[in-house]
Amino acid sequence: MTSSLKFKLVVTLLVVTHGVIALGGFFAPYDATTQSRDFPYAAPMRLHFFAPGNGWSVRPFVYGVKEAPGNLDQYQEDRGQIYPVEFFVRGSKYSLAGVFSSNLHLFGVREPGHIFLLGSDGLGRDQLSRLLFGGQLSLLAGVLATMLSLVLGTAMGATAGFFGKWADEPVMRLTDLFLALPWLYLLLAVRAFLPLSITPTRAFLLIVIVIGIVGWARPARLVRGVVLSARERRFVTAARGFGATRWYLLRRHILPQTTYVLLIQAAVLIPQYVLAEVTLSFVGLGVAEPVPSWGNMLANLQQYHVLVSYWWMYLPALALVPVSLGYFLLANGFQDRAATNAL
Amino acid sequence: MVGRAFRCIVWAAIFTATSFLRAAAPAPQPLASGEELLSTGNITGEYGGRLVVALRAEPKTFNPLNAIDQPSRDIIGRMSSDLLHINAISQQTAPALAKNWKVSPDGLKYTLTLRRGLRFSDGHPFSADDVVFTFKLHLDEKVHSPQRDLLVIGGQPISVRKVNASVVEFQLAKPYAAAERIFDSIAILPEHLLAKTFEDGRITEAWSLNSSPAEIAGMGPFRMKEYVPGQQLVLERNPYFWKVDQKKRRLPYLDELVFLFVPSEDAQVLRFQGGETDLLSRLSAENYAVLEKDQDAKAFQLQDLGPGLEFNFLFFNQNSVLPKDSPALQSKQEWFRQVAFRQAISSAIDRNGIIHLVYRGRATPLWFHVTPANKLWLNQSIQQPQRSIPHARELLKAAGFSWKDDGSLVDAGGHPVEFSIITSASNAQRTKMAAIIQDDLKELGIKVNVVPLEFKAVIDRVFQTHDYEAAILALGGGDVDPNPQMNVWMSNGSSHVWDLAESKPATPWEAEIDRLMSLQLSTIRPKERKKLYDNVQAIVADKLPIICLASPNQLVGAKKNIGNFQPAILDHATLWNVEQLYIKK
Repeated sequence: MTSSLKFKLVVTLLVVTHGVIALGGFFAPYDATTQSRDFPYAAPMRLHFFAPGNGWSVRPFVYGVKEAPGNLDQYQEDRGQIYPVEFFVRGSKYSLAGVFSSNLHLFGVREPGHIFLLGSDGLGRDQLSRLLFGGQLSLLAGVLATMLSLVLGTAMGATAGFFGKWADEPVMRLTDLFLALPWLYLLLAVRAFLPLSITPTRAFLLIVIVIGIVGWARPARLVRGVVLSARERRFVTAARGFGATRWYLLRRHILPQTTYVLLIQAAVLIPQYVLAEVTLSFVGLGVAEPVPSWGNMLANLQQYHVLVSYWWMYLPALALVPVSLGYFLLANGFQDRAATNAL
Repeated sequence: MVGRAFRCIVWAAIFTATSFLRAAAPAPQPLASGEELLSTGNITGEYGGRLVVALRAEPKTFNPLNAIDQPSRDIIGRMSSDLLHINAISQQTAPALAKNWKVSPDGLKYTLTLRRGLRFSDGHPFSADDVVFTFKLHLDEKVHSPQRDLLVIGGQPISVRKVNASVVEFQLAKPYAAAERIFDSIAILPEHLLAKTFEDGRITEAWSLNSSPAEIAGMGPFRMKEYVPGQQLVLERNPYFWKVDQKKRRLPYLDELVFLFVPSEDAQVLRFQGGETDLLSRLSAENYAVLEKDQDAKAFQLQDLGPGLEFNFLFFNQNSVLPKDSPALQSKQEWFRQVAFRQAISSAIDRNGIIHLVYRGRATPLWFHVTPANKLWLNQSIQQPQRSIPHARELLKAAGFSWKDDGSLVDAGGHPVEFSIITSASNAQRTKMAAIIQDDLKELGIKVNVVPLEFKAVIDRVFQTHDYEAAILALGGGDVDPNPQMNVWMSNGSSHVWDLAESKPATPWEAEIDRLMSLQLSTIRPKERKKLYDNVQAIVADKLPIICLASPNQLVGAKKNIGNFQPAILDHATLWNVEQLYIKK
């Protein structure tokens, strides 16, 4: 019961995180590329509920900010300007899942006020908005690359396991090769070999394909193992005795056995691949600015002054923690379920 | 117990041994009678100590005849001296190894009188023969000296003649403006060490990184002591140096000058902050801010010297020689070659935004290539238009461009206006500038892709393959005079970046720049030269072959205990007076 509850909790957490990121355009107060040039490196703003003149208010508000004299990245709250946070406001246009487009935002403040709940970057772009839009890209890359890996892995693993010797040896030696490769350096090499100046969409697809193709070996091995043992099970032998075709056996009896293995693999691979995207973008081989991804946002930290001065520039790294943790717990949950189901 | 005592003794022994191994720097030679030394005026300091400086890369050679990279030149500059020297503060020529110079009335003959009684850093006497030898090497075509171009005036090399042991005469084929400036930075070489190598035809191999310190000598304040590849280079005092301070004590004050090889600016800042290095010559505004916050706690001084000579600019590929199969680039060049298009782009760029975001206010916006640091040559009358999107739209409209319903710009043929800007990925500031321009041009409906590439790849594309659409680069002036920039502005120049090595000027205004630049070269009277160069600036500001963006302030830092620290705009910003620097005790 407790483990089932935990599982549900983890799933809820992941669904909520992904939901918020997928609907990022709605939750983000600004567009990811809007530059507020008067506010580079603004620190996260505080929401206030109490103003000395006006007393308490239920509606939160932010103060206007102005640059502290002589210091470019230091800002002072201007207590004279109050900008109440408004909900369900119209703002910049965004698209949901590339299909619907809307300009409704959960919250925002009226111009000329600004709301930077997680601070702003060196070009005065809202870090919260970039985190959400960047998350869409990074997570989608992880999920798509995982799907690619699993499809490739299942096809190769099933072939190797089911058809036996003539297919098994070459495929398994190939997986050995791929598992032994230092994948990060391989990714770097593959990406560096491809053209540098490409549009963000193509860069994104390239990353997905490169990561997905490099990672097929592990799922292939696991699938092969499952197929190999399932092939000799009694109900399979029986079905074969009744004259079932190979394709029928594979589809009806054997591949369903790999479900949990694939689910666990997916839960393990997604965070790994999100991290791979982050790494590639961090070293400048991923999606190019101004389109945000968690990796190219973190790339700012390569500059010493950012590293030591602005803690909110680390936030994309922090966002990786719950995502990775969620997926690993999910993998654990799947494993428990697989064990109980097997009994 | 015994073991421990033994270890202590061993350590003590090693310690004493190593402290003896590090040979003390040679003491300055006592002044000899007949030595015509240069007195630096009211300078005073204390002897001793070592100064540690970081270099961006390792030197490639110690040979002034083929050094083109900055690290090599920085090091060679400390080990050698020139006949006349441009003072980094006054920006004017001043006597150096030559104690005075005379120009004939026709401006064709320069007579330089050398200081007598001077010696090279190995103790060998210096004479007019060394000067004649040096110029012979630079002018020899087989040597391929990078400075040879400067010594060829009006198509003819300068002729050099020894009049007597301390007088040398230079004959020019044509009058040449500010000819005394060409003597700056030509390091005088020792004939006694290099004559044989030259005769053997191996002069370019001399003074390589493998040469032993004894083979290398110069007239500079320091001489070679030790080079450890990958780690450091140590120079020690030249005991025979030819400058003295107020109290008639021989310079330099420092025992040793150490160069560490630290590849990135950020790493250099870290080393400086950690107290490992003593000086910082190039500092970004962002790192300046980081150090500024730390300034009270640590013992360093930071200085903002105001605008420097460096200028950043955006330019479009207008080359006629293009990579094969590039029809897209060819059709885009129809826009790039239109003055109105370039003017519209320039008008849409938020230069103040660049100053604010990229340089934290420590820079000056630019509309043409001469920065306010160059007070002598700046054309003050050129207007500095404010950013105006409506004006940019008018220009584009008049040039036949139009906008689609979604706001995107199309040319007369209906092609969407879109181009990419290449920048150096390692230069965060230029990448940021590109991001700002990208956002600015969005307002005109132009889609810009920013492509950060490795610096070498950028240079290769701009200068070799011409495979780019637009690029952001910077040029820095080593000198305020227009002459060193001939290769940028002359249409057949090697750095005429937007259209390299044209066989003839592509446009009437480029022909006019050619005419003005050649004319100023042979005009002697400063006022007339200024007028000519003013016109060049006005043409550049109007036709915008390069769209200038901003000139960063020169920011430097030093430990507080460095005496006589007097940074300058001109190269080398912090080490130009290294012989006067000392460590306060």
